[in-house]
Amino acid sequence: MSGLSIEHLSMRFDLPNGSSVQALQDVNLSLAQGELLSVLGPSGCGKTTLLNIVAGFLAPTEGQIVLNGHKVTGPDAERGMVFQQGALFEWMSVRENVSFGPRMKGQKESQYGANVDHLLEIVGLKDFKEKAIYELSGGMQQRVALARCLANDPDVILMDEPLGALDALTREKMQSLVLKLWKETGKTIILITHSVEEALLLGERLLVMAPRPGRIHKEYALPFADLGVNADLREVKKHPEFAQRREEILGMIWDMEEEIMGRSEADA
Amino acid sequence: MTGLLILAAYVAIFVASFLIVKYAVKTARRDFTSLKTVTFGDESAVKSNRIASVVSILTIFLIWASFTGSAWVPSFLHVPGPFQGIATFDYTAEADDGTTDDATVTVLVHPVGEDPEPPQVAPGEGWAKNDSDVVASWRSGLIRVDQNDEKSRDEGHRVIAVNGEPIAPGGEVITEYGRVGMSPKGTLNFEPAKGLQMESIWLPPPEAVVARVVEIARDGYRDSTLWEHLGYSLFRVIAGFLFGALVGIPLGYAMGLSDWFRGWFDPIVEFMRPVPPLALIPLVIIWAGIGETGKIILLFLAALWIMAIAARSGVSGVRISKVHAAYSLGASKWQILRHVIIPNSLPDIFTGARVAMGVCWGTVVAAELVAAEKGAGMMIMVASKFQLTDIVLMGIILIGIIGFGIDMLMRWAERVLVPWKGKG
Repeated sequence: MSGLSIEHLSMRFDLPNGSSVQALQDVNLSLAQGELLSVLGPSGCGKTTLLNIVAGFLAPTEGQIVLNGHKVTGPDAERGMVFQQGALFEWMSVRENVSFGPRMKGQKESQYGANVDHLLEIVGLKDFKEKAIYELSGGMQQRVALARCLANDPDVILMDEPLGALDALTREKMQSLVLKLWKETGKTIILITHSVEEALLLGERLLVMAPRPGRIHKEYALPFADLGVNADLREVKKHPEFAQRREEILGMIWDMEEEIMGRSEADA
Repeated sequence: MTGLLILAAYVAIFVASFLIVKYAVKTARRDFTSLKTVTFGDESAVKSNRIASVVSILTIFLIWASFTGSAWVPSFLHVPGPFQGIATFDYTAEADDGTTDDATVTVLVHPVGEDPEPPQVAPGEGWAKNDSDVVASWRSGLIRVDQNDEKSRDEGHRVIAVNGEPIAPGGEVITEYGRVGMSPKGTLNFEPAKGLQMESIWLPPPEAVVARVVEIARDGYRDSTLWEHLGYSLFRVIAGFLFGALVGIPLGYAMGLSDWFRGWFDPIVEFMRPVPPLALIPLVIIWAGIGETGKIILLFLAALWIMAIAARSGVSGVRISKVHAAYSLGASKWQILRHVIIPNSLPDIFTGARVAMGVCWGTVVAAELVAAEKGAGMMIMVASKFQLTDIVLMGIILIGIIGFGIDMLMRWAERVLVPWKGKG
């Protein structure tokens, strides 16, 4: 069976003071090969925890992740990760960063060289191959991170707010790039974001999570990612359904935040 | 007194050169900081003033030279030196019979180290005869004026005045050539004026230090050449540091990567870190003697904890996202150590190495001061026992230059080898 399934996933963190936090409660989800899922929710809804469990950095207290028929027990090259920032290796050049995965597998330059150069060209860093990471702008660094992940040819790409630290203009360009790479490579992608617009634009499916305990609140199937592959993203945003969905989800998250605030005031 | 004068001269030069540079020299500063209106409190707008640095160094040499009567500066810049030449003063003696008589004392004040004959003087009239004697500058001498007089102490001979001013046992008269004191037993004591210059056994002039450097570089000191002394000190530092790094860095990595290692070594490292290496010198000498082994063990211990702590903090400083990323890219534990943790910790290790080299250099000099057959510290320690201040100064200057050179070299290596420092 191909694809990723998240089965009855629960995560409870026991705190040193004896209390515990239910970060996730009975999350169920399945993703087919090549689907792009964006996950949205207020802070504390457990979306990063969910991603860390899928990546294999955390073991869930209950439930399991099954990818291509086998259970996930730890990090592996089949699940690539793109972080918000600061996950590149400054002591390597751009090209050395991108070729890191293949090199760790013991591949020779002759085996990975062409692919790495091709990826660098796709992300528009052909002329920056030998530059040091700290010589690049934030947007360029995230493009290196994308290329590094793709060079390793993972089955699933996990993105933890990959564009969160970028300015609005760079962010929009990067959103187009993510869509383009998704279409060209046909990878399964889970993208976590704080931005409702980004979640709508990029997510073929959109998951809105609710906090305390972290759970799936609502799921949407959206047409915008497919539209965005071939069109200007700004055109997509003018779509009437886009505006309607945005208002709906913003309102939903607003209410959740209000509830959290109210509850913590009541606690106090 | 002289100290206050030196301080006053220093402050005066500081203020004067500041005012001169501020109002007389047009410093053309055309970078963007020149347009900043807020500079007081903006550290980035404060740049080291080159002119001030040059004047500062020159001032030190100027004060050194002028207070030691150095040949390097023209004599009008010298502060008054000690009196040298023929000094004279008169005394009035009285005998029991109530008669008084005057006589003149002539003293040849000569440079330290010479042994001239007293000047010839005519005995003069009366029962008190003229005297002559020699005294070295900066020293003093008892002058037994009654010895050649016709009336001796048995007849109540006593000095009652010097240059017409009355004097009694314990008192003194200041003459133009220096101070004439009287001992409790009534003997005159002449102390020529010392001036403000330092005697070279306390502070030799700069050219004497330079001459010493040349001499010792050529002839060596205490059976070893200068280069052997300095080379031994450097060799000990490098050997001790290398052993310390060789053990300390893996230890620090192990402490950063394994809870057992951290639990085991944390108490030891945290205890040994605040123990100054100098406090270990006696124990190391008891255990290993004063030879090379003892020195290298001491420096090994000085470098070990610093390097272990630097490596440990280098490991803890790795961003977890880098490690996660490497695992997700399929790296094994060894590959993560080799390609992520080690390179990421290099900046911390270099910082630690700079500190360790500085501490080792200080420790080796101190250890050599205590006991050694060769070495920069031994050189200045032995010289100080013979009051060879010029060698002591030479040693201090050379130790400073080498320590500075080591730090420069480490900084340069850091720039070349870990260009990503602080860019993470």
